[in-house]
Amino acid sequence: MDEASLAGPRERALAEAPVRVVSARVGLGRRLANLWSRRELVWGLVFSDIRIKYKNSALGIFWSMLSPAFTLAVYYMVFSLFLKNGIPNFVVYLFAGLVVWNMFLTAVSTATGVIVDRAALVKKVSFPREILALSNVGAAIVYFVVQIVVLVVFLAVLRHAPAWGYLWLLPVSFLALAAFSAALSVVMSAVNVYFRDMKHLIEVVLQLWFWLTPVVYSYENSIAPHLAAHGLSVLYFLNPVTLVVVTFQRVFYVTPVVHSTVTGQVLNILPTWSFERFFLLNLALLGLSLLAFVVAEAVFGRLEGNFESEL
Amino acid sequence: MTTVIEVRGVSKQFKIHHERHQSLKERVLHPRSGTTELFNALRDVSFDVGVGETVGIVGHNGSGKSTLLKCICGVLKPSTGQIRLRGSLAALLELGAGFQPELSGRDNVYLYGAMLGLSRRTVDAVFDEIVEFSEIAPFIDTQVKFYSSGMYVRLAFAVAVNVDPDILVVDEVLAVGDERFQAKCVDRIQRFQREGRTILLVTHNADQVRALCDRAIVLDGGDLVADGPTHESLRVFRERLLDEAAEHDPEKLLGTIQIESVTTPSGSFEVRNGAGIHLDVTVSAQGAFSGNFVVEVFTRAGLLVSRSDAQGAPVNLAPGANRVAVDLPALPLLDGVYDVNLGVVDAHGHTVVAWREGAASLQVIYDGREGGIVALGTAVTQL
Ligand SMILES: Nc1ncnc2c1ncn2[C@@H]1O[C@H](COP(=O)(O)OP(=O)(O)OP(=O)(O)O)[C@@H](O)[C@H]1O
Ligand SMILES: [Mg+2]
Repeated sequence: MDEASLAGPRERALAEAPVRVVSARVGLGRRLANLWSRRELVWGLVFSDIRIKYKNSALGIFWSMLSPAFTLAVYYMVFSLFLKNGIPNFVVYLFAGLVVWNMFLTAVSTATGVIVDRAALVKKVSFPREILALSNVGAAIVYFVVQIVVLVVFLAVLRHAPAWGYLWLLPVSFLALAAFSAALSVVMSAVNVYFRDMKHLIEVVLQLWFWLTPVVYSYENSIAPHLAAHGLSVLYFLNPVTLVVVTFQRVFYVTPVVHSTVTGQVLNILPTWSFERFFLLNLALLGLSLLAFVVAEAVFGRLEGNFESEL
Repeated sequence: MTTVIEVRGVSKQFKIHHERHQSLKERVLHPRSGTTELFNALRDVSFDVGVGETVGIVGHNGSGKSTLLKCICGVLKPSTGQIRLRGSLAALLELGAGFQPELSGRDNVYLYGAMLGLSRRTVDAVFDEIVEFSEIAPFIDTQVKFYSSGMYVRLAFAVAVNVDPDILVVDEVLAVGDERFQAKCVDRIQRFQREGRTILLVTHNADQVRALCDRAIVLDGGDLVADGPTHESLRVFRERLLDEAAEHDPEKLLGTIQIESVTTPSGSFEVRNGAGIHLDVTVSAQGAFSGNFVVEVFTRAGLLVSRSDAQGAPVNLAPGANRVAVDLPALPLLDGVYDVNLGVVDAHGHTVVAWREGAASLQVIYDGREGGIVALGTAVTQL
């Protein structure tokens, strides 16, 4: 082939190619559009990470279930057998809440260090950097899905039916959780570049956060009456994870009011809200979480400008 | 011609922290200690690169070459100004492609492909070619942290040139490979040139810039000081290097010797093939100096025809103007224009004390029908 015929088509194609602009300030809209256009990279990173992590073990992803299973067993023994909280079927209640909490915990705690850990990549290849944090959220979602499958199998074995009428809450609630986890992960990954001990600090904060979330205890039963007495019920729901946890418990554990297995007393385990009330609350949470994500993107954009002086 | 890279008024400032505190604890404990300074790595740089051009970027260490390339790739954001790009871009920035040391070569290739926005299937299609080009097939499933630096660069280069980029950006990586691999890379770059791809090349090897680039850009302390045909830019670059070296010269020799003029007895630089030419060089010296002359002859395409390094007896320069004869007897060259560079080095041959890039341009005339650079007088006879 002669040279002109090789160069010609390339030049013609390039003349029509879209122009990419590199400049100091990138508008939020362009930032989000950019991120959207590279969305498949998130999953590329998630699956290559998972593949590599479990490449050398035949049991593969089952290892990732070991720690949640162990946590579940320990909390069950402590709260149900030793402390005798009297909640019937406590293991189901616990499982439903832990699945949600584990996803949030895994996402935020792994994403916080990711920009610093992958500095080599950040300094050599151009891509939206927050994708690194988002890929950790993606991995957490994969583990979440596996745990949900285990939970469903578990329920089938126990012949414990979920609240069929409430099932449609799950996608909305899950999306809200994913968006909120993503928002927090993106911000923390950038902050950790400037304050390297953020990684340790966030571990502590997440521990505290866990106890502020009704996973191992019942919100209605232990805290709600006290808050309600002072008209402060709203305070508790400032923690976005709470609504998601309660929603999952409502769907999988089903019964809001039970009789204690220890004393036979009536226990208010979960809010007695209607489906509509649950749905609207979750929808509102989803809206707020998406807003939080947009704010997180803006914050990340500001912090990103100086990464090169810190990494 | 379509412009594929437009650099407009790009400046880059780095924050330099003195006594940096990277943890919250330290910053709380020492709220005001540690100062921050701004450093200008690039100052108001503008240029355009058209489709199919190969542009060399030269400059001494710390002049901002890598910073400029990183801005073009989008790894760094310019502090002011903007860069507009058309088409896909693959980059080999200093020290490779940002491979993850814990991953195998294979996984890194796929990851890098994903980073460039290529699907798994696209990478599958070129994977074998990548491995073949890199010649590291036995190690492709070894973790990259066990690679030698040459193997690392081989793989990085192989990936960058096999993903069909419209723009290839290469920062000083060719120097790491062995000679054969370097030749292979140069070969591939030349193929890219024929295919009409656009190439930006940073290298400290002036011969490579001459051989590969149509055009060169010179950076000095963050400023763009020259942008033009390769030989012109290289002349500016060499002069800057000399000026700079003069400031750091312990014996204060530099700048005391100047190659003032180069003429011929007839005043013409035309010469017939097989004839010789006599260059009459005027050199001024501020003090007595004994050194050697260096004579380089290049083709216009940047190919080095000959370099005579400090051969022969030293020339003794007296204070004031000196005349030196440089003879090129019986030029075996084919027709064309040849550039002559002249230099003076000290008696050890270590320090260049004077340099004149493009001291003369010889117009060689040849009537025969041979092609190439040198007239070998090849004869074929039937026996
Ligand atoms: N992340 C950074 N933070 C602070 N200063 C930086 C940073 N990166 C580069 N610099 C400074 O910017 C200047 C230009 O650096 P650059 O790497 O672009 O030089 P270069 O021309 O590529 O040099 P070399 O020939 O050595 O590769 C240098 O003085 C360097 O110290
Ligand atoms: Mg450099």
